[in-house]
Amino acid sequence: MRTLHLLVNGDRLAVAAPDHWTLIEVLRYRLGLTGTKQGCDKGDCGACTVLLNGKPTLSCILPASRAEGHELTTIEGLRPAHCAAGGEGTDPVQDAFDRCDALQCGFCQPGMMLSARALLNENAQPDRKTIQEALSGNLCRCTGYTQIIEAVELVVADAAGVDPVLPAWQVDRDGEDLPLAPAVEKATTAEGDN
Amino acid sequence: MLRLPPYRLLEPSSAEEAVKLLADEPGEAMLIAGGTDLVPNMKHGLFEPKTVISLAKVEGLEGVSDSDAGLRLGPMTTLADASQNALIIERAPALAQAAGVVAGPQLRNVGTLGGNLMLDTRCRWYNQTYFWRKGLGYCLKKDGTLCHVVEGGARCVAAASNDTAPALMTLNASAVFLGPDGEREVAIADLWTNDGIVNKKVSTDELLIAIKVPPQAPGHHGTYAKLRRRDSIDFPLFGCAVRLDLDEEGTVSGADLAAVALVARPMRVKGVEELLLGTKPGSEAFDQAVEEVAQLAYKRCRPLDNVPGDAEWRREMVPVYVRRALRSATASSGA
Repeated sequence: MRTLHLLVNGDRLAVAAPDHWTLIEVLRYRLGLTGTKQGCDKGDCGACTVLLNGKPTLSCILPASRAEGHELTTIEGLRPAHCAAGGEGTDPVQDAFDRCDALQCGFCQPGMMLSARALLNENAQPDRKTIQEALSGNLCRCTGYTQIIEAVELVVADAAGVDPVLPAWQVDRDGEDLPLAPAVEKATTAEGDN
Repeated sequence: MLRLPPYRLLEPSSAEEAVKLLADEPGEAMLIAGGTDLVPNMKHGLFEPKTVISLAKVEGLEGVSDSDAGLRLGPMTTLADASQNALIIERAPALAQAAGVVAGPQLRNVGTLGGNLMLDTRCRWYNQTYFWRKGLGYCLKKDGTLCHVVEGGARCVAAASNDTAPALMTLNASAVFLGPDGEREVAIADLWTNDGIVNKKVSTDELLIAIKVPPQAPGHHGTYAKLRRRDSIDFPLFGCAVRLDLDEEGTVSGADLAAVALVARPMRVKGVEELLLGTKPGSEAFDQAVEEVAQLAYKRCRPLDNVPGDAEWRREMVPVYVRRALRSATASSGA
């Protein structure tokens, strides 16, 4: 047993945990931050992704003490960080995932969104290949990835102030473009992040 | 949910202290660097050390330095950092490429160069949960007496699966270990033994403190090609590193080929240099030599059913990846 001094989503926390606990066990079972998902629990699937000093890291295979002295961001921290930086509503990544229907069961979403956020923090204008590579450590068993990639492209397009290329599923059979769900409406109604 | 077996975690701040802590509990303490290999293995019940010694706070094990003797790579340098390091990309392109295709992005952010070099061997019958292995009556490598890969096999054939090892072999790199009796340096090509249970000639009380990459020829080119099902996350189903040295006229003056994910040790394919010497990339002679090397590799590399993927398919892929590696080597950056 040891006392860990963690900086989680901007909060300084002291938490007791056994030596052999991984970071995800501390997050979920000590701190109640259940937004971080426990998937394969052995470093394959990426559902447990958190940001350690801004870099995507798998919390299910990271000994908890390794997080000491580093800045930790979980999915619960995305919206507060966005608001603290002067933004409104949810993080644009969360908003875009919502608008693009980039989820079905939602289990991979926290990890996907954190990998996407880490990428966009380093590179605001990634191309599709870069997005695919950045998200390649996160498995999704529902959507087939297309809408997830498109959601990240929507964030990029929004930030650049250009219209996103409409994905195939949004062009109806008569060739008319179906509009994306408006960003503002969604953003103001969104409440909890997890 | 996979829990880790309980252990005591120690976090020394110097390499000497880490080696002393290892010696204090012979055989019962293990080192952890990034933990991306050890933690899943412990979760599977493959290792149950009483004490785990973390290298995270040990000073001086990280980073890349340059001198007349070549590059000195800190073993705690993450694979992500190694793959993006300008010195490694310029001087040892095969190593940068290999580090850049280990597992997936999150794992490379934590997994280390030293950890990849010291990676445990892998087998489809070994890297499984305790429950899974128990159902099968265990295997030769862990808890059992029977090999499920080679019928009647008395020697474990779990595969060396470290992408960086063949790259380091083609670069004639060496590893520096610190033990109770001081430092020792060993060529990475001489580090291995063909035993899947422990495939490295490293004592359990030794700590890897540096990887040295000597200066390469002026026209050094290198590359790493990796076969896997997905282009991320997966371990290699076959991997090969290539070194191609070109002289001032652009003809081959030196070459090397090493492969991984076949048997228990990373394997140098002998006789490659002789086939390529004196040929010039782009010429018919070079293309013919590449084909001869591919066929030589096909003859020497015989994948077993130790890692996922049909062994015959993996064998057919050997010449394909050797060709690709040789052809793209000439396009890689050279020193």
